[in-house]
This record gives sequence, structure tokens and C-alpha cells, in this order.
Amino acid sequence: MKRIALFILGLLAVLAALTAYLGLREDTGPPATLAGADAIARGAYLARAGDCQACHTARGGTPFAGGRAIRTPFGTIHAPNITPDKETGIGSWSADDFWRALHNGKGKDGKLLYPAFPYPNYTKVTRADSDALHAYFMSLPPVRQANKEPELRFPFNQRMLLVAWRALYFRPDIYTEQAQQNAEWNRGAYLVQGLGHCSACHTPRNILGATADKRDLGGGMIPMLDWYAASLTGESEAGLGNWEVQHLVDLMKTGISARGVVSGPMSEVVRESLQHLSDQDLRAMAVYLKSLPHGEPYVSNTAALTPEDERRIKQGAALYEKHCVECHKDTGTGEPPHFPPLAGNRAILLDSPVNPIRAVMHGGYPPSTGGNPRPFGMPPFGNVLSDEEAATVVSFIRNNWGNRASMVTGQQVNRYRTVQLD
Amino acid sequence: MPKAFDSFPGFAAVALLLAAMLAPGTAGADSDIAKRAAPCMTCHGKEGRATNDGYYPRIAGKPAGYLFNQLRNFRDGRREQYPLMTYLVQHLSDDYLKEMAEYFAAQDLPYPPPQPAAASPAVLERGRALAANGDASKNIPACMACHGKALTGVAPSLPGLLGLPRDYLLGQFGAWREGARRAAAPDCMGEITNRLSLEDINAVSSWLAAQPMPPDTKPAASLPGKLPVACGSFPQ
Repeated sequence: MKRIALFILGLLAVLAALTAYLGLREDTGPPATLAGADAIARGAYLARAGDCQACHTARGGTPFAGGRAIRTPFGTIHAPNITPDKETGIGSWSADDFWRALHNGKGKDGKLLYPAFPYPNYTKVTRADSDALHAYFMSLPPVRQANKEPELRFPFNQRMLLVAWRALYFRPDIYTEQAQQNAEWNRGAYLVQGLGHCSACHTPRNILGATADKRDLGGGMIPMLDWYAASLTGESEAGLGNWEVQHLVDLMKTGISARGVVSGPMSEVVRESLQHLSDQDLRAMAVYLKSLPHGEPYVSNTAALTPEDERRIKQGAALYEKHCVECHKDTGTGEPPHFPPLAGNRAILLDSPVNPIRAVMHGGYPPSTGGNPRPFGMPPFGNVLSDEEAATVVSFIRNNWGNRASMVTGQQVNRYRTVQLD
Repeated sequence: MPKAFDSFPGFAAVALLLAAMLAPGTAGADSDIAKRAAPCMTCHGKEGRATNDGYYPRIAGKPAGYLFNQLRNFRDGRREQYPLMTYLVQHLSDDYLKEMAEYFAAQDLPYPPPQPAAASPAVLERGRALAANGDASKNIPACMACHGKALTGVAPSLPGLLGLPRDYLLGQFGAWREGARRAAAPDCMGEITNRLSLEDINAVSSWLAAQPMPPDTKPAASLPGKLPVACGSFPQ
């Protein structure tokens, strides 16, 4: 009996040691690079590619001075000040400290960082790029703005638990070039997997907030934001299948394309990050995404329409005629690139109807970009249509012009009517 | 050289003809802003004339600078009381928001008659007194000192106060009190609101909402005098 107890104790000790090793280990990586004359300019570009300002700048606040509240299922985390203020920012961080955060997910003092900071992606970044980013941030005017502590629920406010999380889900790992792929593909993979941190939204998260497989990009609900980030892989989830590289480049560069228009959180990504990237880099990202393994062809598993469904769709058709037809047309073909087609539009056909519901209820403008400075927008119909009316319109566009997807109920619409918009 | 260019009148005629030919093109480019601004109109009414719903204000004919300031206040988080407004404009550029503001400011549309006043004559008289004279004992300036003698606003960025529903006016005072409506510092209207009692807010909102529009509904070209308080939105 005593022996068994000792054995179990021993086993637990080994497990704890292993977890501690995996969760706390650090990959020193290559040494700091010599900052070239162009380091600051390169760093500025890379900061755009990493969309750092999206979190590290509050609405209307000084760039990179922090303060934006990032809502997570575990509580709220306030993005910190990353201007070079010595006391409240990262002014005392060396290039090694900065690299440690990006590559190992640890602060200057060794504090384990919450993965709301997407270091499972940023760990892919090369040392030279990390050093350029550091040089750029150090070149900014320092801003004195104190950071706010995370407001996480118990037990998630116990930072020590990150040891276990990291042991399970995090490996420090610089991107390695795939020899069988060309330079363009590798550049795209590097940007998508690393700084672009596309998987932060486009890969479903498990119950502990980890993106189960970083390469997956299979689409999923974005926690707290209540938007569905579409699959970036093949045909599954009405994926990228029929999008051409140029459509993707257009969407990233201008916010609009022949296939669709950005909406929801992607508008911010285009405005703050993607529109500033070179055509070459955008093309590389698109080429890489298009090469991702296609899943099964998209098959909607919707039941046959009942007479009641037919009645509601007819009601939706009448409302479409009144409110939508001017821009989206009788034929559902829209007027691309400004008014997106609804026929065959994957955002409409996703199993989850959240995106079309939100587009109808809250409307939205794609961002002002260099390529489309004066975007046309979608009116918000939330105060014009009842829940049931909006549900019939969305059901109609999901089941007309050859579209086929599940019917939408007024209850589903109601759920998003009062959703937090920020 | 073509014969028409031989003389100045001939040249002028050709130039005029060319200008006339070009004009429709220019007008076409201008007019597409109405379609671009269409999302504003589901709540603010056709061409910004407001709807029967007292919650959404008329924006047609308000000073362009005022509308532009408000669009930026929503975008940059200084006005928090209508998340949908922030949501809609959050990724639009200054240039584009200015163009939208100018479009709605240029709409010259008739106003509906004012709401009948439900308040007592004493309350309405207090409201009128505040609007015309303010209350020196509480350091409250007259509405007319900034918003114009006719209360139709002052170009380019002080809004008119007539033609707005009482519910909307009360909503704005409430938002200032709670810090959900802010403007560029110094936020003059926020400071003045803090000096107003709830009774005064009710009185002045009731009186303003009951006033008919004057024959000339346009914002005044200049202020009656120096601003009685410093306003970040109207630097002097």
C-alpha cells in the first residue's frame, strides 16, 4: 500500500516537473542582429503586418500607448503601453527582452504573458524582424500612460496556470522555410502564420482559448466578438474555393473585391494592417492561403424546406424587394465591387447565420483605404425590421438564386440585436 | 486655328460651351455622395430630415463643422452613447466624414411644425429665460450667446437648437452629465450641463422643442459676440 502511494507521488512529481519544464522553458534563439540603417522603416512596416496598433492603441488614443480593453471568455485584458517610456512603456527593454516577449511569450521580468498577446504566432518571427520591430518602437515618442492590470476571473487570474497552458499549447519555434515551396509561398506562410496572426480569429479555439492547430484556419466563431471568421482553407465552410488570388489581394488591399466586401472585425484589420502591405506581400499571403489543403467540398446538410419555410421565404422576398434590391439586385448579383453579390456568397452561406444577421441589423462600412477612400456602406436595418422580418429576409437570401442554407429564426436575430458592438 | 478662336467673343463662347458640357459630369460625381451616405438615412431619415422617431435627430441643414466634429467624436470614442454610430464610422477617414458632413449640411429642407408643449407656463418661461438670458447666479450663459440669436446655430460648427425633439435634447443633457457625450477639450457644453439642475434641463428642453423655426432656418454667419466660455470644438 505504502509502495503504491509512493509510486503515485513519484509519478505526480515527474508530471509536475515535465509541465514546469515545458511551460517555462525558453528558446534563446539566434543572437541579436546588427540594426541596419533601414531597421526603423522595416520595423514600421512589420508593425503594420502584425497589426500591433489594433490592440496597443485605444480608440482615439495615442498610437501604441496601450489601453484598449481586449475582451476574452476569461475576463478583460488591457493591452499595455509599448511606447519607449521608461516607466510605463517598454523604454527599458533591450532587443533581447523584446525578442523574449515575441519568441517566448515572457515579459522583461520573466513574467509569463497571457496569450491574448498572440505569441503562439509571433514566435514564428525571425530575430532580424524582431530587432527591426524593437528599433521602430524605440524610435517612437515616449508616452507616459500607466498600464491597467488584467481583470480576469478566478482561476484565470492566477498567472502560474499559464505554465500548464504553455506546456500544452505553446512551442517556441521560428518559421522554417519549406524547401519544396518557392520563395513567394514561403513569404506568404511566414506572414500568415507569424505576424499576420490570422489563426487568432480564423482558427476555432478550444475551451482553454487555444487555437487547436495553428495551420488549420478552418473558420470559427470569434470569442466575445460574436462574428464568424470564415474558413481560409478549401471548400469546407464555404471556404476560399472559388476565390482567385487577385480577389484576395483586392480584399486585403482595398476592403472590397468582386466576391465580397469586408465586414465586422476584418474591416479594422484591412484599415490598420493589410492595406499598408506591399502588393507583393499580399500576393504571397493569398498564394499561400490558396494552397492550403482543401477539405471536403461544401455540402449544406439542410433539411428540405417545409411549406412554413416557403411562406416565410416569400415574406422575406417582399422585404428584399423593398429594402435590398436597389443595391443587391433582383438577380442577387449586386454591383461588385461596391455592392457584394449575395448569390453564391460564402459569407451568406455559412452554417452559422451570424454574419448576414449582423450585416442586416447593424449594417456597416468597409474601411476607407488608399484603394477605396469613399466606401459605399450597408444601412443598419435594426430599427426598421422586427426580429422575425429580419429572419425572413436572411432566410430568403440564404435560399434564393441557387443558395441553400438553413432557415433563420427571429430568436437567432434577437440574440444579435443587442450584441456589444465594440 | 478654328474660326471661333479668331475673336475673344468666339473664344469665350467656346469656353462657355465646354464648361456647360463638363458641368453634368461634375454634378454626377457630387451626387453619388447621397448614395454613399444612404446608410445614415435609415435612422436619420431621407436626406437627413429625421423620421417620426424622436430618438434620432435631424441632421439636414446642421452646420457642416458641427456634423464633422460629431462624426469624429463618435469615431474616436468621445461620444459613447450610441455604439451603432461609432460602429458605422469607426474605419472612415477624416476626408470622407467631412464630405458626408458637408452633404447633410447642404440639405435645405422644410421643417415640420414643433411639438406641442406639455410643460406648464412657468416651466416654459424658465426655459425661455435660460435660452435668452442664461442664469448669471449659476454661471450659466444664455443658449443664444453661442447658438445664435435665432438659435439656428452659427457656422461653421455651432449647432442649431430648434427643430429637435424634446426626448433627443434630454438625451444629450443626460449623456453630458454621465460623461458619455464629450467633445474636444475644453468641453464647454459638458461644463455648462454640470451647472444645470434637472429642473433647468427639463425647462430649457421643453421650451426649445416647442419653438417654431424662424423664416430663415440657416445657421448665422457669425457669433453675436465673443463666446462666453472656451470651446475646443470652436476655437477662437
